[in-house]
Amino acid sequence: MLVTSVGKLRLEKPGMVASGIMDETGPSMVRMLKCGAGAVVTKSIGSEPNPGHPNPTFTELKCGYINAMGLPNPGIELFGAEMEIAAKSGNIIGSIYGASPEEFSRLAGKMEEYGAAAVELNLSCPHAAGYGMELGTDPAVVGSIVSAVKSSVSIPVWAKLTPNTHILKDLAIAVRDAGGDAVVAINTVKAMAISPQLGKPILSNKFGGLSGPAIRSIGVRAVFEIRAATDIPIVGVGGISDWKDAAQYIMAGACAFQVGSAIGTKGIDVFSAINTELERFMKDYGYGSISKMIGVAHE
Amino acid sequence: MSDTVRIVSIIDDSHDTKTFEFQWEEKTSPGQFIMVWVPGMEEIPMSLSKTARIKSITVKKIGKDTQKLHDLGLGAPIRIRGPYGKGFDLKKGKKMLIIGGGVGTAAVIPVVKETGADTIIGARTDKDLIMEEVAGKYAKNLWIATDDGSKGFHGNAVQLMREKVTESRYDLVLACGPEIMQYHLYKACVELGVDCQLSLERHMKCGAGVCGCCMMDDMRVCRDGPVFTKEQISKMKDFGVSTRDECGRRVKLG
Repeated sequence: MLVTSVGKLRLEKPGMVASGIMDETGPSMVRMLKCGAGAVVTKSIGSEPNPGHPNPTFTELKCGYINAMGLPNPGIELFGAEMEIAAKSGNIIGSIYGASPEEFSRLAGKMEEYGAAAVELNLSCPHAAGYGMELGTDPAVVGSIVSAVKSSVSIPVWAKLTPNTHILKDLAIAVRDAGGDAVVAINTVKAMAISPQLGKPILSNKFGGLSGPAIRSIGVRAVFEIRAATDIPIVGVGGISDWKDAAQYIMAGACAFQVGSAIGTKGIDVFSAINTELERFMKDYGYGSISKMIGVAHE
Repeated sequence: MSDTVRIVSIIDDSHDTKTFEFQWEEKTSPGQFIMVWVPGMEEIPMSLSKTARIKSITVKKIGKDTQKLHDLGLGAPIRIRGPYGKGFDLKKGKKMLIIGGGVGTAAVIPVVKETGADTIIGARTDKDLIMEEVAGKYAKNLWIATDDGSKGFHGNAVQLMREKVTESRYDLVLACGPEIMQYHLYKACVELGVDCQLSLERHMKCGAGVCGCCMMDDMRVCRDGPVFTKEQISKMKDFGVSTRDECGRRVKLG
């Protein structure tokens, strides 16, 4: 009942672990697959090892989390050892970040070699200079990266987009026109927190990305807008912590969804809870499959 | 979850270690930790060395971040978040032996206070010993081990633990200290057939079980730990062998 597909990629369960959460090591990804996630998206991996920003890189807020990890990762060469452990246990989506179409293509080629079921291009991280949303807010740049990666790998190519723009649907159209297989929306919302008592920004990077319940309605709106503008498959992400949140994204037009912050707030059992309750809802309300529910809010 | 507290007292524990007390209403249990930050340092995880209404952290000066904390005076504000993690599971009716090694002693002091159980404190020399007085006040028996024999038993805490466990039956060992000590302690517990719970440490970023930077095998030290049971530890290939640096690269211990 919960089976879905993102383009050509079939998923037994519609929920995935969002990039950046419990996905830097092979054993942690295996654990999340066992917890009922249909796939795990890896930490965003670059060409070289990167320590990320110094701590503080994270804090809880009233309505979610704010983080500026700064894309810490062991680099694509060493990440092969983690993929070797994880890829044989289920669908691993390789998240990658680069500064040029060539760099993205090389990283994507490695992920394909490591057994990734798809690659997710990080065109949306709000806290890494020269990467992420700095490239991902220009449709021409997005198109050239997607098209370069498409021509160098045969696994599906997904583009993760930022909500920190007024031209989100143009970005999604650019992904589709370049042959991209799906868009993932949304990444975190660029934000800031200041300690009044200390009179300073809390994150070492000053700015970070806001996630959790605070951004769910932004994400649902973004997915709805993209769906209205183009027919490219959409993976919805942003503030999902229960079946109602997941159903909103699906009804806005997503064929699958990702969960990040709720793995912290609800625990790793969040996937099995969403799976059970979403299935119960679908039975109660006469949705025979996920595909029957996709985009119904548009009708 | 996060708060800014002011230092209400500072205790000199040794030539390089200080305890900073603050008032914090949050309910915490022995073995839990908080993330600690003031501007000019990197935020770091610290075990709570007092867990009542007045709480404290005990800081050994080992680098620039801990130096920054040592520079703080009375009334200085500190940003803390937490409490995080799973602490010690204090089982009623079990005969317990508590072991603290080096500055790790600070993390087991709340357990000593709560249980009054027999306690071993280990340190390099008598100058490095901390919290002997408070442990002596609450523990039924307190034994000291120093590597150079300058006080108490001449040898490390694990060697002393082997003697004590052979002399008298214990059901459960509770410990915090350097990983090399805990690795040998775990082996001793397996050999001697004693259950144990050990408080472990890895490089942390979020502290809240989200980012996956502090993994030991498939366990998050910040959320599934930092206190792990003997059974959990028996499944860890990383314990005593390798850690992860801030990039997530595997690094051999030792």
